[in-house]
Order: sequence, then C-alpha cells, then structure tokens
Amino acid sequence: MTTPAAREDRRSIDWLLTIAVLAVAATFIRAIYFTPAEARQGLAQKIFYVHAPSAFIGLYVAFGLVAVAGVLYLWLRDERLDRIAASSAEVGVVYMTVVLITGPMWGKPIWGTWWTWDARLTLTLFIWFVFLGYLILRGAIEDHGTRARYSAVLGVLGALLVPFIHLSVYLFRTLHPMPIVLKPGRPSLPNSMLATFALAFVSFSLLFVALLRARYRLAERADALAAEEEYEPSPVPNLRAEPIR
Amino acid sequence: MITREPPGTFAAAALIARKDLAIEFRTRSAFLAAIVFSLLAIVIFYFAWDSTAVSAVDLAPGVLWVIFTFSGLLGLHRSFGVEEADRAIDALLASPVDREAVFLGKALANLLFVLGVQALAIPAVALFYNLPLTRVLGPLIGIAVLAAIGLVSIGTLFSAMAANTRLAELLLPVLALPFFVPIVLPAAQSTARLLSGRPIAEAMSWLRILIAFDIVFVVACALAFPFTLED
Amino acid sequence: MSHATTPIEHTPRTPQAPDAQSARPAIEANALTRAFGRRVAIRGLTFAVNDGECLALFGPNGAGKTTLLRILAGLLRPTSGAAHIAGVKLPGGAEARAVVGLISHQSMLYSALTARENVEFTARLYGLESPRQAAMRALQRMRLDERAESPVRSLSRGMQQRVSIARAIVHEPRVVLLDEPYTGLDETGAAALSAALESLKSGGAALVLVTHHLGEGLALATHTAIMRDGQFVKHEPRGTVELDVYRDVYREAIGR
Repeated sequence: MTTPAAREDRRSIDWLLTIAVLAVAATFIRAIYFTPAEARQGLAQKIFYVHAPSAFIGLYVAFGLVAVAGVLYLWLRDERLDRIAASSAEVGVVYMTVVLITGPMWGKPIWGTWWTWDARLTLTLFIWFVFLGYLILRGAIEDHGTRARYSAVLGVLGALLVPFIHLSVYLFRTLHPMPIVLKPGRPSLPNSMLATFALAFVSFSLLFVALLRARYRLAERADALAAEEEYEPSPVPNLRAEPIR
Repeated sequence: MITREPPGTFAAAALIARKDLAIEFRTRSAFLAAIVFSLLAIVIFYFAWDSTAVSAVDLAPGVLWVIFTFSGLLGLHRSFGVEEADRAIDALLASPVDREAVFLGKALANLLFVLGVQALAIPAVALFYNLPLTRVLGPLIGIAVLAAIGLVSIGTLFSAMAANTRLAELLLPVLALPFFVPIVLPAAQSTARLLSGRPIAEAMSWLRILIAFDIVFVVACALAFPFTLED
Repeated sequence: MSHATTPIEHTPRTPQAPDAQSARPAIEANALTRAFGRRVAIRGLTFAVNDGECLALFGPNGAGKTTLLRILAGLLRPTSGAAHIAGVKLPGGAEARAVVGLISHQSMLYSALTARENVEFTARLYGLESPRQAAMRALQRMRLDERAESPVRSLSRGMQQRVSIARAIVHEPRVVLLDEPYTGLDETGAAALSAALESLKSGGAALVLVTHHLGEGLALATHTAIMRDGQFVKHEPRGTVELDVYRDVYREAIGR
C-alpha cells in the first residue's frame, strides 16, 4: 500500500532539494571566483561563507526547532512534532559538523592554532554533543511514544543549557588571556562580499528546509510502515495535556 | 478502611530517599565501587603528573572535579536500576505519592551518595597533592555541595531515562557530560582560586554561575521527570 | 487483521451489595479507550464494578487486560472516554490511588530489603498510622509472618508473590486490581490469597481479577468478562455461568 506522497516521490524529482543544491553550488562558485579576497586574511577567509551560515542555521534554527517542537510535543502529543524534531536534529548535526570542521580550517592559517575557545565555536561544540546524545538516545529506544517524550525532554534541557555554556565560556575568556580574534563580517564590507554572504545564507537555509522536508517524509513513511505491521491504523484523538502528577 | 493520611511531597521524598539509602547500605557495592574508582583515578593522575611542569595547585582542582563527575556517574546508574528490576517503580507510581516526590527522593539519596564519596575523595586529593586544605575547607565543602546538587539533578533525571533504554550505563555519560560542564568548570576554577589564596570574592563570579545552574536545573529536572514516566 | 465483531453481550446487573459504601460504583468505565500511537489497546469499554463485587477478566495475551488494569491503577491515562475510581475521574491523583491496591505478575519488590521492610515502606507511602503493625498484619494474612525478616531475594518465587500481595493489601484498599496473581503460588499461597480476597470482598472491596485459571477466577467472581482485541466479547453475572460450559464458551469467544 502506498500513499499518494510516496508514489509522487518515486516518480518525480524533489524540486526543492534540487534548487537548494544548485543554489549552494552557485554560492560556492561565486565565493571562490567572483568575490574578492579579503585583504588581511586572503583566501582562507572564504571559508566563512560556509562557516557563518552553517553556524547560524545549525545552532539557532535547527536546535531551536528541536527544542520548540519538543515542548509542543509534550503539550500536544502529536507525533508529527516528534518527527520534525528528529529530522531537524539529524540535519542540524550535519550543519554543526560542517561548522566544527570549517572552524579549524579557517583558524589554522589565521590564528596559527587549530582550535581556540571562541565563544560561538565552543557553544557549537557542546550543542553538537547534545545533538549526538539526542540521536544516540533515539537509537536506543524502540517504543515510539517513549522515544518522542525522552527526546523532547532532552531537547528542552539542551536549550536551557545554552545560556550556561555561554556564560561559562564568556567568564573563562574574560579571566584568561586569549588570542585576539579578528572576525570578518563587520558592517564595512564591500558590497560584493555582502552579496555573497546574503546568497550563502539564503542557499544554506534553502538547503536546510529541503533536507528537513526530505528527512521528514522519510520518517513519515517509516512510521506508516511500522504501524501497518502492527494493527490496523485507526483514527484516535490525541493524548493531550499534563502528565499524571 | 484503615485511617490514613498520605504523606505530602517532601515527606514522601524523605521516605523514598531513606528507602534508597537503606537498599544501598544493605549491599554497599555501588558506594565501594565509586570510592575505589575515585582513589584509583587519583593515583593514576598523580603518576601521570610532572610536578616540575605543573604545580599541585594548578592540577589538583581539575583532577578533583573530573573524578567527582565520573564517580558520580557510577553511583547514579543504580538509582533506577533497583526500580526497574521487578517493576517496583509501578508500585511507587500507583501509590498516592506524587511524581515530583519520587524525583526529589531519589535525587536526595543520590546527593547523599555523591557527598559520601566526596568526603573520602577530597581528603585523598589533599593528601596526594599536599594541598593546604584546612584553610579553605569550609568554602570547599560549600562548592562540593553546590556541584553535587547540580550533578544529581541532571543525573537522576537522565538515569530515569537511561534505565528504560537498551544502552543504559553507556547512555548516561553520553547524555549527561555536556550538562556537567557548567558544573565542573565553575567548581574547578573557584577551587583553584581558593587554593591559590585568592579571596573568596574572586571565586564568587564562578559560583554565581553554579548557583544559577542549580536553581534552574533542579526545577527543570523536577518538572521534566513526570514526562519520563509512561502515561 | 480483523478484530472481534461479535456484539458485546451484556446481561442485567445484580443488585448492589447491601453494605455498599456509596452510591457510585467503586469502579466505572465509560467508552474507555486507550491507544499507543496508532495501536488501539482498549476500545470503548463500558462496565462497572460495585463494592463487594469481583469481575473475573479472561482473555488471550494482548487483549488489553493489563492495559485496563494500569489505567485503573492510575499508571496510564485514558486516550478518550472516562474511568472512575470511587467516583474520582482518572487519572485522579492521590485520592484515587490511595484506595487502590495493585498486584501484577512482577513482584514490584525491592529484593535487597526484607519482606517486612517492603510492606512497611508501602504502608508508609499510603500514610497508615502504624505502618509496622499494618505490615505484620498483612504478612500474617498471607501466612508469611515467620519469614518477615528475610530479604526478599532469599524467598522462593511463590513467597515473593505472597509478599507482593501483602504489600498490595496492607492499606485495606477499596479497589483491588489483580493481574494473574496466582502465578507461582503453591497450595498454601493460593489458599491464603483466596482467603484474603474473599475477606476483602466481604468487607466491601471491589476486585478486578485477571487470570488464565478459569476455575480460580470463577470461584471468586460475581461477574465474568472475556476480553479480546480491546473489547469485552462477553460480560455477564457469575450466576449464569458453569465452569465446564464456560471453558467452551471461552474458547469460542477467543476464536480458537
């Protein structure tokens, strides 16, 4: 038994994903060939066109979505919210891995070290760990309801963790002498660089949405198959509200 | 019917904590394992230490609080294992006590467990690294209590979840360690300052983070706990 | 895969026991439904059990019997419909749970503690006034007072089950939910259990007894029900049932 969406997927191309990939490719081309190199940092600075959007999307969009979808799931108990959270976590972890790889790639030529306890990079590292824990947790639970609840709890607590990591890193850096970091992306950028940045943000966001949607559909089909194997699906109202206290 | 007055939240939590401690005291295996682990780890760190390169005061705080974290994890796991074994948790949840009391009771038992291990580990560190501990004993105990509160809040909640999964013991460190960073970092930094003879006020900015963390996560974990129960 | 389509056979209820403690039945279910994701475990169950009555519930594994007991014990919440214990809508918090005792085939005990400590802990959880005495009384009822100070793990499976029963009834519950309680019991244990249940019943408690032993179930029952795929396919007063006939009725109802 196939759903209309499944039939459609098999025959047609995922247009959103195709456009997103093309947009990202265009960004790369533009960044490498058509954008001037920055005066002091040279070629290495171009990594930032990948690094910055990935950081923003991975940390704030993907993780934010995981946390918000988690809270909503605990309130509404709609399994679609759980699928959104799980898909967002998987795609987000990829983005954050990109951040953690491009960070040192940029850092070595510029700072001379592979790693520095830069505030945002450190935060990304720890939320990356939380994400990995999230995915491992999901992999270790079979029952869908338990898996969804536990993931949601972890997501919310992870969101609460963010300000504390921020504070800790900030205090650490203030009280310890650290290399002065030069960061690109200040307002006085020439227009061509700003345009490339804008293109980068748009294309990476598009890619995130496309990947999220694709991953969500995959999860939807997997859940539908699992349900078919058990009992016949019946429409049942949602399990709402507070847990038993 | 027999007359009854079911205990309120805190009284029930105390009951549950006493029960957990009675069980642990009966077997003692987890407590001994945690202590032995701590002592071994301290010794290993000691032998890995080049005293000409790094001074004791620089190294010891890190050693102390890292071991604190890992020995704490050892103890936390057994907290819900004993409930899972014969589904005693069902009897607990079917009784009139509320779910927050179950969390608080178990967290309290874990807190005493962790502090018990620390009561032996801290003097051991002081002994090995020749630290002037008596001067700073008061504040150090305060830091230990604050760190332990944060550790057991997160640890109790996560061990409730981990107990229900396939990976159990492996899962708990993976989930919990990122959350322990805002505990270990302030604890180690403020301990280092205290041992260097700096005034307490300097350590306060770190301790403020730890106190805020404790307040936020004790509440958050207690509120999240009922969601880890099937309903 | 189709579920049972035979209509539920309800026969009129016998009058309430004369010493019923309140106007409302001790246990009530109205169109009670419980689903786990897409799997529906209980569909639209409607029944009531009054004080002094015992509903014997039979059925194959996976029929939803355990799920029903867990809802009545306050461990699960209904997906739709309603269930009431002593007039309190479930999940009703402490007041509903305070009058319920739950026995399952898992012992729900702490193996490192003694029998008395286990039962006494439960007595304290329910806020009994003299928990230690109540615990010893309950253990005496289950003929275990001699082994009260033995750690549970040193007791045989049957004795552990008896401790578990003592734990469940220490607070003289008004509602007793039993999930295959005769599992692992020898003659002494089974006799002690039956005696305890009869005594509770005549004291006005309402019982729901899930069991695979038709004989033992019918001995205590005032009503019987056969559950399949989340519904009652038969539900009638005990008086209309005879053991030999019932075996065939049961087999037919579950489609074997």
